[in-house]
Amino acid sequence: MEKLIQEFSLGLFFWQAVLFIGLLFLLRKFAWKPILNAVNEREEGIRNALASAEEAKKEMQNLQADNEKLIKEARAEREAMLKDAREIKAQMIEDAKGDAKAEADKMISQAQAAIEAERKSAIADIKSQVASLSLEIAEKVVKHELSDKDKQLGLVEEMLSKATLN
Amino acid sequence: MYFCTDFKNTIYLFDMQRKTLIRLLSALVLLVCFASCGEKPTTTREERKEEVKEYVQHHLLDSHDFSLFSKTDASGEVHHYGFPLPVILWDGGLKVFSSSKFHHGETVAEVDGNYYKLEHAKIYKTDAAGTMTYDEDNHPTNEKPLDISITKGVFMMLLTCILMFLLFRSLAKSYAKNGGIAKGTGRFFEPIILYIRDDIARPNIGEKDYKRFMPYLLTVFFFIWFLNIFGLTPLGVNVTGNIAVTTALAVIVFFITTFSGKKDYWKHIFDPLGDGMPWFGKIFIYIILVPIEILGMFIKPFALLIRLYANMTAGHVVLGSLIGLIFIFQNWVGGTLSFGLAFAISLIEVLVALLQAYIFTMLAALYFGFAVEEHDHGHDHETEVAH
Repeated sequence: MEKLIQEFSLGLFFWQAVLFIGLLFLLRKFAWKPILNAVNEREEGIRNALASAEEAKKEMQNLQADNEKLIKEARAEREAMLKDAREIKAQMIEDAKGDAKAEADKMISQAQAAIEAERKSAIADIKSQVASLSLEIAEKVVKHELSDKDKQLGLVEEMLSKATLN
Repeated sequence: MYFCTDFKNTIYLFDMQRKTLIRLLSALVLLVCFASCGEKPTTTREERKEEVKEYVQHHLLDSHDFSLFSKTDASGEVHHYGFPLPVILWDGGLKVFSSSKFHHGETVAEVDGNYYKLEHAKIYKTDAAGTMTYDEDNHPTNEKPLDISITKGVFMMLLTCILMFLLFRSLAKSYAKNGGIAKGTGRFFEPIILYIRDDIARPNIGEKDYKRFMPYLLTVFFFIWFLNIFGLTPLGVNVTGNIAVTTALAVIVFFITTFSGKKDYWKHIFDPLGDGMPWFGKIFIYIILVPIEILGMFIKPFALLIRLYANMTAGHVVLGSLIGLIFIFQNWVGGTLSFGLAFAISLIEVLVALLQAYIFTMLAALYFGFAVEEHDHGHDHETEVAH
């Protein structure tokens, strides 16, 4: 202990304190602050980058999930559309069938009506032709009959004999 | 047949390598032999022992001139190689002169009509004849002027300061230049800086306060480490093994701890038991406890200064003695053994240089942590706020 006190040099103590404090302040201003700030900034940057990468990953996952959902929806929609189309097709066929049948019925009935009308007119025509023909025949017959006076007189006689006057 | 020639070739190659090695080794041995042969007849073993002891002791002390080595020529005259450093004295006025005036303590320096003598690295006021008076313990009783010379230690500290400033300034600049990434030597020092921040400052001081103490911790770590390493170079300047230097470092730790002490720190010293006991019970315990706590404030930095001083001095003494042993033995076995030991200890000392810097920084951080620590109620408050 005594040797230590003997060895103690006030000058060295003084210089050490002065130099060290000087160095401390100089380095603090010119070295440690910039260094620590730079390191902190870098670490902050790394942290941010990692966080944003994580964020991006999450976003990706979200997007993927969205995509999946969209695909599913699209598939369901397609299914529905196909189903609808099939139904519509069936409906249309059904409708067309009905329409066609109605149309056909209508046409048939029209045709029947036309046929009826035709037949009627034909019958009327025949009737008129038969009438005229009959008249002609009758005329001719009458003409022929009337040309034979004796016969006519005989006939009239006969007729008159049959008809009893009451 | 083929195998034979092959084998011969290998042997030949091996021989070639071995031959160069042997040649190198023999050259070394011859050199050493000549050197030792030249010294052998001059002194006896006892004298050499005394000489080595003196030399080691002298080496541990600070000195007023920067001597690289000294040599005794055939006529017994000692030649010193190195350069003088400025001596600054306060003796009724500032006195500045070159240490070459002392001629390594051999002559009395005369400045402005005052006479000064250098003895055991200390400057004493004396008369023209250089008479010294001693007390019964053989300590000089002459008047000592206030000596604030730029000694070898101060010179080395200045050098370290400049080196550190340039080194870390360039590191700071390289960050700005390279967009936050260190370049060059900074690549080596950056992990150390980060280590001090993440493994010394943060766990010991706490997230909230550690930033304030970072400049001090970094400065003290690199300052001690660099000076320790300089101490291991052949220049052999034992700065961190000087009690004045470690005292200054410890005093700074003491002041920082004391001035950054928060309410809890002082409460821990003056009221360590808190509300756990009624006041009349505490009085009797505190008569003993409080002085111990107050003493603890001083003992902590004192332990720091003694630890660093003792470790570095011990290292230098051991290394110096082992190297000295080579010159004491002056024979093959002892010389080789001492050399091997000195080499091993040197390697250990490189580790110790780092270790002591680490321990000093670590403990300083721990003491700062005690000073700024906030106890339970503080935490309760924080958690309340957090809730």
